Amino acid sequence: MSEVIRVDGLSKLYRLGLVGSRTIAEDLNRLWARFTGKEDPYLKIGETNNRIVKGKTEFVWALNDINFQVNHGERFGIIGKNGAGKSTLLKILSRVASPTKGSVKVKGRVASLLEVGTGFHPELTGRDNIFLNGSILGMTQTEIKGKFDSIVDFSGVERYIDTPVKRYSSGMYVRLAFAVAAHLEPEILIVDEVLAVGDAEFQKKCLGKMHDVSENEGRTVLFVSHNLQAIKNLCQKTIILNNGELFASGATEETLNSYNELVRDIKIDSNTEVNNILNRRGNGNIRFSGIYVIDSLGKKRFQYELGESIRIKISYEVFKEMKGIRIIVALLSGLSRECLTVANFELTNKRIYPGSKGEIEVEFPDIYIKPGEYPLYFELIDSEFNSYSKDVLDDLTAPLVIKGGVNVRNTDFHPDIPSGFFAIPSRILVNEVMTHSVLNESA
Amino acid sequence: MSKINSESDWTLEIKPVSGWFNFHLKDVWRYRDLLFMFVRRDFVSVYKQTILGPFWFFLQPILTTITFTIVFGNIARIPTDGIPPILFYMSGIVCWGYFADCLTRTSSTFIANANIFGKVYFPRLVSPLSNIISLLMKFGIQMLLLIGFLIYFKLNGSEVNPNIYILLTPYLILLMAGLGLGFGIIVSSLTTKYRDLAFLVGFGVQLLMYATPVIYPLSAAPEKYRWIILANPMTAIIDTFRFAYLGAGTFNPGNLIYSSVFMLIVMAIGIVIFNRVEKTFMDTV
Repeated sequence: MSEVIRVDGLSKLYRLGLVGSRTIAEDLNRLWARFTGKEDPYLKIGETNNRIVKGKTEFVWALNDINFQVNHGERFGIIGKNGAGKSTLLKILSRVASPTKGSVKVKGRVASLLEVGTGFHPELTGRDNIFLNGSILGMTQTEIKGKFDSIVDFSGVERYIDTPVKRYSSGMYVRLAFAVAAHLEPEILIVDEVLAVGDAEFQKKCLGKMHDVSENEGRTVLFVSHNLQAIKNLCQKTIILNNGELFASGATEETLNSYNELVRDIKIDSNTEVNNILNRRGNGNIRFSGIYVIDSLGKKRFQYELGESIRIKISYEVFKEMKGIRIIVALLSGLSRECLTVANFELTNKRIYPGSKGEIEVEFPDIYIKPGEYPLYFELIDSEFNSYSKDVLDDLTAPLVIKGGVNVRNTDFHPDIPSGFFAIPSRILVNEVMTHSVLNESA
Repeated sequence: MSKINSESDWTLEIKPVSGWFNFHLKDVWRYRDLLFMFVRRDFVSVYKQTILGPFWFFLQPILTTITFTIVFGNIARIPTDGIPPILFYMSGIVCWGYFADCLTRTSSTFIANANIFGKVYFPRLVSPLSNIISLLMKFGIQMLLLIGFLIYFKLNGSEVNPNIYILLTPYLILLMAGLGLGFGIIVSSLTTKYRDLAFLVGFGVQLLMYATPVIYPLSAAPEKYRWIILANPMTAIIDTFRFAYLGAGTFNPGNLIYSSVFMLIVMAIGIVIFNRVEKTFMDTV
């Protein structure tokens, strides 16, 4: 396997605020520094890029010292939260923006689909736009002519090919645009969230195309997405960017696990003060004051084996009068954040006054779900589900880790077969085997 | 494809912006098909959904010529070197129009194309180059109009003498395009940071027209201000143009050489700044 992309100490400095990156005064300052042979005065004061926390200076490192390699024919995923630096990285790779420090070395032609349909002109016909868009993406006229029929075919808008694209439905527009891009045949293809548009069938087609392109034609694909499932299905290797820094890189399975840790931002463990947690939603009428995951013996821990009981100890305080209290505890899916199961109890339906405190313990007995990591979700709300008096904590807990234990091979969660999240009780009612003599059959 | 990794194998290295003199002119050549497609796009789409279509190309100079003839010829009575006013004004307007269009169109390159530029890489110079080429079509049509009038006046016995210097036309066009492009890309590069310039260009071009012998012959300019007019690189071009097609005014090779050198310098500065800005403008625009 040979390297086709090598990213070396790549950094990009951005300046926040209203103005562009520099004012005239700074320009002169910078020029002077260069003239006298000093280091650029504005390169030193960059901060880590965390969009939640207010920084001290207006300079941030959108990317900070990123290093990774991509091999030939690899499908390479890039994930990260909003503002983690994914797009900046792709912009540098596709030469739209240039880095502040470091370098990227590339072997072969790079084509990026940062957004399909770039440069489509609404007044031109589909035919003209294929040629225009193709040239913008770097194809020559002869190349486009050669692939024209297959582009039209892939897009499935043949009937409209001589109609100005402004008359197209948005879906047809995207189809045509992706069809052009899919026929680029670059050695390296960069794809950024194009799948967010088209319908399910089209998304599948695109994912399939990307798979083919790398599997059959030996091209390298860089794929950026928030859709972890798509990353998991498509990419062999994945890196995670976080606040402009490389958080993890390696085989997709492993990196996805650490991503789950990352998106939860704040982990709670036995020492975490729930009161200090910043990303909570609600209005302060009622607040969690403590959340602990404990086992049946009262010991704080997050790892459990199939069949164990999990208890969650919760304490809360009331700050404004509210009518009744409900507690909602949910297990979420690590990949899609969908709610898998909910424990929903009314703690009281009486009027509660400020200053009241409470403590509860919720139990999930005999936990029997597919081994893996499960983020938890907590919500306190009044009896009538009025959204104006609640406190929600989500995306923050350490995942509840369920381990198979030694007997997992005998359960419904056998690691070698597909399994669901839960095992709903099932039994065999009829089981007749018509035995057949081997000798008879051959006769 | 299991080649041994040697450092020389890399086809592209993306590095921080450094140096002022890597122009990617080779890249521009590689993307010549794109240049052609941009020109074609401009041709096809300019007058889509207008009733008069390409007639606007005729209408603009005709209406301007009539206005100028009435205002400057009949009311202000500015001399026209003995040439029929219509021909005099139209020749000036056609030339000036091409230069002014080149300048204003290319001066908005970065801002007008920020959308495309932010998504894909191609040599940015392709964009302004396509502008000056597609504007050539408008210029060509207006030239035909001018030649039509020229023949009409000639047949009616007016004092117009087209001569061998007509052969200089391509060179004059090159000069105008070069000046328009050069100034245009300088302005467009600077507008990514300092938007003020965008406002300046619009009326700056208008004002500049009065420092160019468009509505008056060079001979009518007062001695006191003549150096300003001569310092203007467009002066020699329009003067030579009129001399070639109408046989009026003067042909001064010295002035034309001055314009040529001026054009080369502006182009050089323009390309240097433009290439510099094209790499960083995504962060500032």
